[in-house]
Amino acid sequence: MRPEDLLCPSPKGLYSPAGDFYVDPTRAVPRAVITHGHSDHARAGHAHVLATRETLDIMALRMGPGFAGATQALAYGAEIILNGVKVSLHPAGHVLGSAQVRLEKDGLVIVVSGDYKDAADPTCAPFEPIRCHVFVSEATFGLPVFRHPPAAGEVDKLLASVRIFPERTHIVGAYSLGKAQRMMALIRRAGHDAPIYVHGALTNITDYYESCGMDFGEILPVKGAPKSAFAGAIVIAPPSSMTDLWARRFADPITCFASGWMRVRARARQRGVELPLVVSDHADWDGLCASIRATGCEELWVTHGAEDALVHWAHTRQLRARPLHMVGYGEEDEEAVVVAPEGEAPPP
Amino acid sequence: MNRFAALLDRMSYEAGRNAKIRLMADYFRSTPDPERGLALAALTGALSFANAKPGVVRTLIAERADPVLFEMSYDYVGDLSETVALMWPRPEGARPHAPLLSEIVHGLSTFSKVSLPRHLADWLDGLDETGRWALLKLITGSMRVGASARLAKTAVASLGQGLTEVTPDEVELVWPGLEPPYEELFAWVEGRGPRPETSNPAPFRPVMLAHAIEETDFTALDPADFRAEWKWDGIRVQAVAGTGPDGARVVRLYSRTGEDISDAFPDMAEAIAFDGAMDGELLIVRDGRVEPFNVLQQRLNRKTVTVKMLAEFPAHIRAYDLLVDGADDLRGEPFATRRARLEALVARLHTPRIDLSPMVPFSTWEALTTARRDPASAGAGADAGAVEGVMIKRADSLYLPGRPKGPWWKWKRDPHTVDAVLMYAQRGHGKRSSFYSDYTFGVWTIGDEGEDVLVPVGKAYFGFTDEELKQIDAFVRRATINRFGPVREVVHEKDEGLVLEVAFEGLARSTRHRSGIAMRFPRIARLRWDKPPGEADRLETLEALLG
Repeated sequence: MRPEDLLCPSPKGLYSPAGDFYVDPTRAVPRAVITHGHSDHARAGHAHVLATRETLDIMALRMGPGFAGATQALAYGAEIILNGVKVSLHPAGHVLGSAQVRLEKDGLVIVVSGDYKDAADPTCAPFEPIRCHVFVSEATFGLPVFRHPPAAGEVDKLLASVRIFPERTHIVGAYSLGKAQRMMALIRRAGHDAPIYVHGALTNITDYYESCGMDFGEILPVKGAPKSAFAGAIVIAPPSSMTDLWARRFADPITCFASGWMRVRARARQRGVELPLVVSDHADWDGLCASIRATGCEELWVTHGAEDALVHWAHTRQLRARPLHMVGYGEEDEEAVVVAPEGEAPPP
Repeated sequence: MNRFAALLDRMSYEAGRNAKIRLMADYFRSTPDPERGLALAALTGALSFANAKPGVVRTLIAERADPVLFEMSYDYVGDLSETVALMWPRPEGARPHAPLLSEIVHGLSTFSKVSLPRHLADWLDGLDETGRWALLKLITGSMRVGASARLAKTAVASLGQGLTEVTPDEVELVWPGLEPPYEELFAWVEGRGPRPETSNPAPFRPVMLAHAIEETDFTALDPADFRAEWKWDGIRVQAVAGTGPDGARVVRLYSRTGEDISDAFPDMAEAIAFDGAMDGELLIVRDGRVEPFNVLQQRLNRKTVTVKMLAEFPAHIRAYDLLVDGADDLRGEPFATRRARLEALVARLHTPRIDLSPMVPFSTWEALTTARRDPASAGAGADAGAVEGVMIKRADSLYLPGRPKGPWWKWKRDPHTVDAVLMYAQRGHGKRSSFYSDYTFGVWTIGDEGEDVLVPVGKAYFGFTDEELKQIDAFVRRATINRFGPVREVVHEKDEGLVLEVAFEGLARSTRHRSGIAMRFPRIARLRWDKPPGEADRLETLEALLG
């Protein structure tokens, strides 16, 4: 069996001809396997969706209970046969419930990483390298300038700033699924136990994380809190809301942004960020290279991001590699755009 | 080094002046000598290293990184220091080690060309990303963290709050005699030592500035107490010369903030043939005529100048005041006395490069109003185009540093105004970070196909009230037709859009702007909600002003 018979790129996303299903399709399909709940990977309208229990729950929270015709939960490591293709899900370390998809038929193994990171994250199961013949990797941060420092140090930077400017509000932009909860957990680990205020768009997902057993201490909604509460407080909000009318309630705020993009100064300045926090949901350059090597793969396919650099790197290691030029992924930046502003009438 | 790196890192993102001062003061307060003094030297641009140049950095990274990956990365990041700092491969087992800033400064100044790359590589191996970035910034010589020398000195002065109450101007006064690491400066500000003696024979003296006069101020002022002169549109300078204890002659030209700009104007050095300190306006004078400001601009912000530039744009000082004459400090004398000494000095110098700023005679405020309105007929003659208003000085005013209220007033010409159409708006920083507060505006011109199109002519980010800012912001959000990162394009049709009355000080031809003109000091004067964009001004109107 050729790898292309087990998995190939198609206009609707990665497709398994042998198993007749898609992985993270960008349009509605009869059968989809979903790696995680971010909106560029998990879309509504599929007839049948297979994913981890957490990913299914998150999809229901974000898109409503009728997001798919039928759903099926599969635990990490459990196997299922789809039209003769053995399918299993394995932790990707990206966000709660995120999974890599392992496909096997006739002794050929392909692993689709979805989005992943090999760095520690207290809010999700750690990434597990899976041995395979073909590894399908993302390359969001696929340039050697992206080397993410330990997240704890970035949180220390935030708390040091809170000490220097105790009268100002620190608004931390963080994607509502995953990053925001990871920041809460890290801030608590660093010993900061004052209430953390959150934008309304974060409450649902945060409550869900808590229902899965995570403890973020005192998390309060911004809405309804007196203005005086925000002096010296940390507020977590979706990135788009930081420049919204919503942010006006804070006196002299310091704009912080937790993202791997913050590694590059120009990116931070373009967004008007005053305190960039390099905290990423994705593997950095070293993480990508190490993870790829750990799979022992003979061939590398790169879905989205800085494909050219990663493919070049693979070639210098005598590893067969090609870019898939998938469109529709890596738009997590835009994720927040769909979030309705809180406390503000929707535009006519 | 780590603390200095953290300071630079934080400053590079901070837009607010006061917050920058606080960050620097916090660093100076908690960092011992000589480290903080060397940081101060780096921030004020007082460090440079003969053997440590960007070429060394390029060679080091070429030995360690795949050239294709380096080019892709450099392309993405756009800054050499940052690219190298981020992609520097730390060797397996390299121990984290951050040398002191003093070790680095000492090493960069003393290592030979041959040994420097090896030491530099060792440091880069031990430092983290931010540390590497700061080190490489030291070498490439451009901090670009938005802190002027003045701001750094203000931060030093702030250490004396509640102790010595040393002011930034006093720091400026002693500064020229000091050398890194400035231990005696810190000791003085913190009340642990005497005021440092300046041994510089040509030190900068803090400049006296004027308040803008309002119509209502005149009623309380008696014209008989005042003298008037033209306010020239050049750059305010202080020409200082003296003889050192070793007999060496020192000649300096300072900007009004005390930056030494002597190197950019070597053609003035010979003309400053006196011991003392003169206050005046630096201008370009050709064939006896003062050139407009945009001509002078050709010579600003240059470290070195070519012979051709010196010949084409000859520098000139039009003298306003005399602070020191030989051994006499005149700053405690009244203006009238200083003026007499200045007139005598300029006559004695007898050089075509230095002349007197003439007095504008008047006996009533009405007479001065007339002169201001038409400088050409009131004595400025052919140079009237370089007059940007009048200065009104009490005859008995002493020369005081800073901007004391009362002795000196400036009365600028009424600005030009133009009705322009808002085209793009960008979000501001800090307090304004949720507001669209930077505005690009345009005027009408004939497009390629004969139709009327708007061409951008300038950008303004102040002049409006807080209330007006809210109104414009609401308009921008409502009228957005395109988004480019933090920039929004707003609707600008003949019958739909927002007209801004923009005030500005002057125009210059520019090849960098599509419209071919650059505006000087534009600001929003009024919002013209009443005016349809189709009735805004045309480019031809502005071109007529260029003459």
